[in-house]
Amino acid sequence: MLKIIKNRVEQGCKTTSYPKEPIHLYKRFRGLPRINADCDPAVIRQCAAICPQDAIYCAEKKIDLGKCTFCGRCENVADGAFVTFSQEFGMGASTREALVSDGSLPALAEHSKQHFKKLFGRSLQLRQISAAGCNSCEADTNVLNTPFFDLARFGIDFVASPRHADGIHVTGPISKNMKAALIATFDAVPSPKVVIASGACAISGGAFYGSPEIVGDLNSIVPVDLYIPGCPPHPLTTLHALLHYFK
Amino acid sequence: MDSHLQIKKDSLLQIQNGETVPRSVIPCLTFDRFAELLDAFVKNNGFIVQLFAFVEDGKNKLLAVVRNENLYVLATEVGESFPSLTASTSPRFHMFEREIAEQYGITPKDHPWLKMVRYHANYRQAADVFGNDYSEDIPGNYPYFQVEGEAIHEVAVGPVHAGIIEPGHFRFQCAGEEVFSLEIQLGYQHRGVERMLTEVPFKRLTVLCENIAGDTSIGHNLCCCQALEALGGLSVDPGARTVRSIALELERLANHIGDLGALSGDVAFNPPAAYFGRLRGEFLNLLQVLCGNRFGKSLVLPGGISQIMTGEQAKIIGDKLKELEPEITNVCDLLFTAHTVQARFENTGTVSKQMAADLGLVGYCGRASGLEYDVRVAFPNEAYSSLHANRNEMVAGDVYSRATVRREEIMHSMHLIRTLLNRKGEPCAKMTMHEFTLAPESFVVTLNEGWRGEVSHCLLTDKDGRIERYKIKDPSFHNWTGLAMSLRNQEISDFPLCNKSFNLSYCGFDL
Repeated sequence: MLKIIKNRVEQGCKTTSYPKEPIHLYKRFRGLPRINADCDPAVIRQCAAICPQDAIYCAEKKIDLGKCTFCGRCENVADGAFVTFSQEFGMGASTREALVSDGSLPALAEHSKQHFKKLFGRSLQLRQISAAGCNSCEADTNVLNTPFFDLARFGIDFVASPRHADGIHVTGPISKNMKAALIATFDAVPSPKVVIASGACAISGGAFYGSPEIVGDLNSIVPVDLYIPGCPPHPLTTLHALLHYFK
Repeated sequence: MDSHLQIKKDSLLQIQNGETVPRSVIPCLTFDRFAELLDAFVKNNGFIVQLFAFVEDGKNKLLAVVRNENLYVLATEVGESFPSLTASTSPRFHMFEREIAEQYGITPKDHPWLKMVRYHANYRQAADVFGNDYSEDIPGNYPYFQVEGEAIHEVAVGPVHAGIIEPGHFRFQCAGEEVFSLEIQLGYQHRGVERMLTEVPFKRLTVLCENIAGDTSIGHNLCCCQALEALGGLSVDPGARTVRSIALELERLANHIGDLGALSGDVAFNPPAAYFGRLRGEFLNLLQVLCGNRFGKSLVLPGGISQIMTGEQAKIIGDKLKELEPEITNVCDLLFTAHTVQARFENTGTVSKQMAADLGLVGYCGRASGLEYDVRVAFPNEAYSSLHANRNEMVAGDVYSRATVRREEIMHSMHLIRTLLNRKGEPCAKMTMHEFTLAPESFVVTLNEGWRGEVSHCLLTDKDGRIERYKIKDPSFHNWTGLAMSLRNQEISDFPLCNKSFNLSYCGFDL
């Protein structure tokens, strides 16, 4: 008992005061990219050529955050002449098109379905479905339940049964072998229900795009309401998206 | 060619970890000789690192990489079937032979447990060994093992689990609370990674390898990059080797600490679960300080690292370790001295040394049962040849032993990182991903001690230097069977605890 008290005192309170106070991530973190539209087209082509995800569209001078794994190669190869990654972690979007970005994203709070805010704003229960990703999206979603983020203080919980859930939170590129289980889980959630695509894999197949063993686009099976980009999305990216979309 | 690569047509060829070997010098034996050599090797304390099929000049071949205190390679030609080594020699072969059957449609005859591994059509468009029609949903034609009797009942769990966990299916055969048998059926995470690696453009290779298993991003990508470096003749700066080793240890720390917290949660002792959960994040944040990603993705590239570690990052890591070490020591003490925790950890999920050796367990699962093998010691690469090893004394093979090995390795890893941070002034250039030519007609195998144990990648190039076969082995490939065996005669309520003490990768296994 004494040890428990001693450790409790040593640990103190570690919960972040976000979103009441802003939080700053270390400068090497790669969040929302800034794009220099005046960049030399040759440099843009160089960035597009090195992009392992083929996420850079030269003519439009845009970057597809639904494909991007935020590896930073486009920034490195041209010393940031075309793309520089900011430390802005808030990157959720309510449509797939919005993720094809010129460096800005529409304000998420204004684009959410208003009845979702009314229905789920005070209590949101999600069933997580892990569908053939690499487990880092799952790991950084789990982290939201640790004392630093303490997701439950916002009335948001991950629950054990789809019957108890208001929606599904899907990670991974959806292997053929997970498709049936995913649809069964979605069907088991009572309506009205939300669908969240979390991470590059669920949005576009991520690192596995083009594989014949995957579906690669959650929206092609069930209608997606909220997209959270990243590889994996930073826990703060997920938290930001959930708070802005539902609160 | 190195002088030690003597062509011995009729024996095992000794090789080094991460060494390019011309395919022409790999001894290709008759199957009888291949089986005879492997039988003698395995029965004399030898273990399998890789055993896989490939097609060469239209012929089906098997290639084996095996280890005792050295590494060896050998190959053989087979037709549409071969006599199972699982049946004749050792269960160490059993999962490898099932994988060969699934990937290439080659039947290991008399295999005692010939079932699909991941549920996909084979690479050769050959007749399916399991009689599956892959337009049907998983698991297809998969006869589960069943125990029959009046008091017997069956419990089926998954693929979607009651937490934020990867998918897999578990079948328990129980009498009351007691588990007679657990069968684990995986494959739900299968993404076809091995084949993709032979087809995608060069620039995607490292990104794919980082996503084989996100909790082992550094471990898997190191294997890939070391193999490409060997085949491309690239040298790596000592400073880059130091940073890669630091990253591998940070990955180990984050996972071990997170798992001790989860073990604590599984026995309903909440304070350490909360503290370790938060502490785990601190180590993920240190990886983010190094490279901008909490899982170390994008850090390792062929030839070095994408971002150099300056004094600033070294200081952040060093200061953080100084701050966290006493906290971790105290929370470990809290966990391991609680009587209720000891009562649940001790004698639960025991895997004897004999069983561990029969199954060829690796990593902390093997070490907790008395198999000392650690790639960092046996076949050191990166900065490990100059670092000292941890040797654990607790080898009872139960949950308590597996947890204790983790605790020791946490302390050991922090010590290693401190040692590595003191190496200042080593040359280290920043790398960008660039395409280079690979040695044609060559073979390379790389091994690293990921946090779960031996991670290994094997590459074969064709006459134009293209990757013809890419074989990946996650340590989970060995260890899942260990988990199934640890559940025998246990209470079913101890499953979460046993499972977490192994904490194996679904996606690393499913590929």
